[in-house]
Amino acid sequence: MSEMPAARPRPRPVTGHGGAAPEGPARVTASVCCAASCVSAQSDLILKKLGEKVAEAGLSDVAVKRVGCLGLCAAGPLIAIPETGRLLRGVTPDTLEPVVEELRSARPNGHKEAQEPFFSKQVRVATENMGTIDPEDIDDYQAHGGYEALRQVLTSMTPAEVRDEITRSGLRGRGGAGYGTGLKWTTVAKAQGSPKYVICNADEGDPGAFMDRSVLESDPYRVLEGMAIAAYAVEASEGYIYCRAEYPLAVARLRTAIRNAQRSGFLGSAIAETNFSFDIQVRLGAGAFVCGEETALIASIEGRRGTPRPRPPYPAVAGLWGKPTLINNVETYANVSSIVRNGAQWYSNIGAAGGKSKGTKVFALAGRVVNTGLVEVPMGMTLREIVYDIGGGIVDGRPFKAVQTGGPSGGCIPAEYLDMPVDYESLIKVGSFMGSGGMIIMDDTSCMVDVARYFMDFCREESCGKCPPCRVGTTELYRMLDKICSGEATMEDLEEMEKLAAIVQRTSLCGLGQGAPNPIFSTLRYFRDEYVAHIVDRVCPAGVCTIKPAEVAR
Amino acid sequence: MPVLNAKRSAPTDDKRWKIVETRMRRLGDRPEALIEALHAAQEAFGFLDDDALQYVSDILGVPPSKVYGVATFYSFFTLKPQGEHTCVVCMGTACYINGAKDILAGLHDKYGIKPRQTTADNKLSLLTARCVGACSLAPAVIIDGEAQGKIKPDELIARLEAM
Repeated sequence: MSEMPAARPRPRPVTGHGGAAPEGPARVTASVCCAASCVSAQSDLILKKLGEKVAEAGLSDVAVKRVGCLGLCAAGPLIAIPETGRLLRGVTPDTLEPVVEELRSARPNGHKEAQEPFFSKQVRVATENMGTIDPEDIDDYQAHGGYEALRQVLTSMTPAEVRDEITRSGLRGRGGAGYGTGLKWTTVAKAQGSPKYVICNADEGDPGAFMDRSVLESDPYRVLEGMAIAAYAVEASEGYIYCRAEYPLAVARLRTAIRNAQRSGFLGSAIAETNFSFDIQVRLGAGAFVCGEETALIASIEGRRGTPRPRPPYPAVAGLWGKPTLINNVETYANVSSIVRNGAQWYSNIGAAGGKSKGTKVFALAGRVVNTGLVEVPMGMTLREIVYDIGGGIVDGRPFKAVQTGGPSGGCIPAEYLDMPVDYESLIKVGSFMGSGGMIIMDDTSCMVDVARYFMDFCREESCGKCPPCRVGTTELYRMLDKICSGEATMEDLEEMEKLAAIVQRTSLCGLGQGAPNPIFSTLRYFRDEYVAHIVDRVCPAGVCTIKPAEVAR
Repeated sequence: MPVLNAKRSAPTDDKRWKIVETRMRRLGDRPEALIEALHAAQEAFGFLDDDALQYVSDILGVPPSKVYGVATFYSFFTLKPQGEHTCVVCMGTACYINGAKDILAGLHDKYGIKPRQTTADNKLSLLTARCVGACSLAPAVIIDGEAQGKIKPDELIARLEAM
């Protein structure tokens, strides 16, 4: 490997994807969002056409660049002008003339992003490059500090020092359970057995969650770098990224990134001219939610049915092929390089309001909220700030009813807790769960019994069938919820359901079954009156279920 | 041995088997390549028929029962051919509370098919997805691989009719 290219002072505009690159430094840049949400609204065509139009207009000091997710997916397709802080929304391939005019007259004013709460209240660590760099361009990644952390780790830190740094940062697993990342790394490092493996869990299965997808589509090198640092810290030489097949764009970008990183000497043997070797392969999931569970995920990488097994032994001791294996989530790895570059202290100072939860968390805002999209906030920010300041409130000004976090294992948090801080412990206290970071905002058009039934239907279908409490229990719970929704249940049925839910929670083998009753518990805790209305009054207060619906204007 | 070789050759001389073969070889023709091999076969042929399962079983040395077990465990794999066009309705939470049920009902009224069914004229297959991660476009559908967001039942039907 020859000498590393020096970090450049400004991003190199990228051509070859239909963009446009000026001869000298660009006066302004049109950053076209090319993540899945905007691409599905033809932003790739916008990128190509805008490049052509800028060239036709002779704007030789304007760059047109492909970037990852710009965050405000609700208003896509988006074009950002990072020199002026302008964010152009709802652009279409046929309405590019005003964009060209804006680019012609734009003058840099020092604003980096749009001056509105959606952006200004965010603190970006894992998503710091998102919407700034070209997701496939490794030089652009390096120009933004990419691979500095890996070089620093390989040339001036021992594996133990790296683990210690991560431990002191307070980083916890961003996949949901919140296990201490440094502790996990240390367990794997100390485990007997060789070789050791590093796995990235990109099987983002929670419905209503798209954090990992956006990170992979927008900044894949960051995940590769985080994995390489982890591999050095636990002394592993092989890595796998287990990514859902439902994310074709993320998979394609990952594969390109791996190829480029191998060519540039950041994967493979003798990384950054040291004797450290590490390589990564992508493995596709095939649509099984249970494969987010680590032992099931390992079974799937080994080419088998994705059924979990009892733990211990934990994968840290006996994982892939029975060897010590580190499994972290995409977002966890995405935080690693920033922590190494800026120090553990810097990271743990972020999100001081979060108590034992340090740093930031990426959330996918969706549902009945105005600004659906991807946000990263410090731990401990209140739900109200997330929903109303960043999220812009509820669609059509309707009343807020609940926010659902934690996916099918999570719960619904009602309006009375809007001022609670969002961190691992606080969410558990109110009967929900951090989960991977999906936040579905619901208004009065959602029936909470129906929501509980929806999640139980999900768990029932996704149950792998290995253990009876989950296989039979989720089906029975679904049947009972369906009976309530149809207005055919009695109060005795409700009592039976609560009993069964407790059994399923206590006796299931893995997190899927153990967490499946949570939506029932949390909706019963805060919205018991809705259950009673279905059973006693035979009315669905939200007008969703098909029993004598009450009048609710949709 | 000739018998072994005969067993290990592709079921037909269709060139697409090469894609499957290459994908397996790259992973050393080992049992752990099973899921990747099934992905390759489904990408090439659109679904997994008995020939494909048997071929993968022979090459990787995985018993047919296990191959079948894996192919039926994962919802991404399909053992039935799809219609000319496919429409995947996302059933993620955001889509669900924003009207995915109405879309399924609309399609059922119009075409008389439920998820995982194909119309009698073989034109359209209806599928559902757990979540395609396009939550800000809710409700989202994927028509022949292209995502369409914020779609209403009548708009979707108009689009399908135009195909």
